[in-house]
Amino acid sequence: MTESTSTTQARSSNALRSIWGGLKRVPPVYPVFFIIFIVLGLLNPGKYQSMNGIMMFLRTAAPLGMLAIGEMLVLALGGFDLSVGAIVTFVVLVSSKLLANDPSNAYPAILIMLGFGVAIGLVNGLVVSYLKVPSFITTLGMMLLVRGGALYWVGGAPQGYLTDNWRIFGRGFIENVPIFSRIPYALIALLVFGIIAYFLFHRTHFGKQILAIGDNVRASQLSGVRIRLVRGLTFIICSVFAIIGGILLGGFGGVNVTIGEGMEMQAIAACVVGGVLLGGGKGNVLNAVFGAFTLQAIVNLLNLLGLPKPYTDAVQGLIIIGAVAYVGLTSARKR
Amino acid sequence: MTTAPVSENGFRRILNSIHIPPVYFFLVLVFLGGGFLDQVYADGQIFKNPAIMLNIVVRSVALGIVAVGQSLVIIGASIDLSVAYTISITAVMSSYLMQGKTANVPMTIVGVFGIGLVIGLANGLTITKLRVNPFIATLGISLIIKGIINASFSNYTGSVPQSFEFFGYGTLGPLPVSILILLLIVLGGWFVLSRTKFGSHLYGVGGNSEVARLSGVRTDRVLIGAHIICSMTAVLAGLFLVSQMRSGAPWVGPNGVYDLNSIATTVIGGTALAGGKGGVWGTLGGVLIFGVLETVFNQLGVNPYLKTVLQGAIIVIAVASYTLRSKKEAA
Repeated sequence: MTESTSTTQARSSNALRSIWGGLKRVPPVYPVFFIIFIVLGLLNPGKYQSMNGIMMFLRTAAPLGMLAIGEMLVLALGGFDLSVGAIVTFVVLVSSKLLANDPSNAYPAILIMLGFGVAIGLVNGLVVSYLKVPSFITTLGMMLLVRGGALYWVGGAPQGYLTDNWRIFGRGFIENVPIFSRIPYALIALLVFGIIAYFLFHRTHFGKQILAIGDNVRASQLSGVRIRLVRGLTFIICSVFAIIGGILLGGFGGVNVTIGEGMEMQAIAACVVGGVLLGGGKGNVLNAVFGAFTLQAIVNLLNLLGLPKPYTDAVQGLIIIGAVAYVGLTSARKR
Repeated sequence: MTTAPVSENGFRRILNSIHIPPVYFFLVLVFLGGGFLDQVYADGQIFKNPAIMLNIVVRSVALGIVAVGQSLVIIGASIDLSVAYTISITAVMSSYLMQGKTANVPMTIVGVFGIGLVIGLANGLTITKLRVNPFIATLGISLIIKGIINASFSNYTGSVPQSFEFFGYGTLGPLPVSILILLLIVLGGWFVLSRTKFGSHLYGVGGNSEVARLSGVRTDRVLIGAHIICSMTAVLAGLFLVSQMRSGAPWVGPNGVYDLNSIATTVIGGTALAGGKGGVWGTLGGVLIFGVLETVFNQLGVNPYLKTVLQGAIIVIAVASYTLRSKKEAA
């Protein structure tokens, strides 16, 4: 009898330990996000505890989520993409020109934008692969090129407005959905492209090759990875995701010359909060998305607390450093 | 038959002994190309007027000073994205503290260098002790500084006294003071990197931090030191800018894109982003290229947005001109 109790005790403590072990393996971005979101809910129950409020939050966070997914792939490859913020500005400014206030131009304009995304990513990839310019500098140049190009094209100021059927992807909802009350199109876009990226990154050789290149370029080259192809595709995916993020953000926020400013840094910060290592070799699509959600939740929280915009910047800086320091220090201890 | 390779070797040896960074060939190319375009499409001032040459250098002073600091940090395999807002906080605080009175100048200078020390220390400690990636650490610090100045100041605040404008506009003999200061800073950077123990340790840390640590280098201290120097150069650049503008505003640093531009000029100058390789003379070349381009664009009356496009393309081409031959894959 004593034996059986001790074994059941051992079993239950084992079970506890394995649960604890499982909990410890949960990336810190999830508890951080949920704690912030619960605080949001306590401070403003009317908004953040209703399904409608949660959907509104996800609509706001979806564009940064899109950018973070693309950026994560490039970071996992060991590179940087600093051009994504400029791409967002480009999408909004050039679309306002292409639309020419005519709703029937909306879908061709979006297709042209996606074409630009492929072209921008292709050029980034080619320059890094064949001219061997580090991606930090390549995409910095591309950032200037894309932003300057967009402003030059539209003559320095937005031309006209974005038509409603173009903007619906960023700000529209599918109404009267059971349980969810209403679902923003932006969330559906994030889900669809997120699942595609998840599948590509976590379930295919392509994804493994990205990680291999990020881990050790030379070794992956010697083991037969077609580095230039993989890198080119990764940059293309990143730019296209930035284009989609721009369409969502433009739909939500409307025409604004500075709409994409600093978003490349936010996207990188979102990835790092989501546990992505700068320098490559590690990454996770879902974590990056939740990194973006966390950043957005922090902004909403600080707004809710009534902090003026400048303090929001400062606190965001502190939290980004804190989150990364926490991840770095805990993983260093494990080693 | 045998003489040809020998003389070629001799030529190579002479070139190597002078050790001109390849960026200067690119600089000459840009200067000649720009001057030619100026001859054809504008009034040809670039070749005719020696004052414009001086102007190119004066234009480059602020960026040049920061870029020296940025080079040190990048050689140590780190990066500093906080320099733009360090420049802003210096510009704003110094004109706020001086309030147009010469008597306040010494105290103000001590004060802003104190701020620089704190920022550099914060950067260095966050990177070494909290093990935060330098990119994120300095980006975070930059956001914090941005928040603080935007919360406290929204526009031009205070002013600098007439006497302080000597820094920005004064001349010693034929040469503007600002150029002498830039030269002094570049020489200082060169001296620190190639003639001091700190410098060789910095190359070691940048090349391979673990090897440096195992061979007895206090890597953390070296990196913190490099970050402090970098923030100090940003403070100096801020002081220079405010002496020219007479009053500081929060957008001085970010408007000049001093963070990304200092990184770009450093890399154009041949310093590897991965660290352990490079020097300040190359960086000076990179900075001068930016200065020449700015002048050429102004001469030709290029549309400001097109200017941005061309600048982006030229940054990439300049770096490509020597990474092209490298056998290693870029990342």
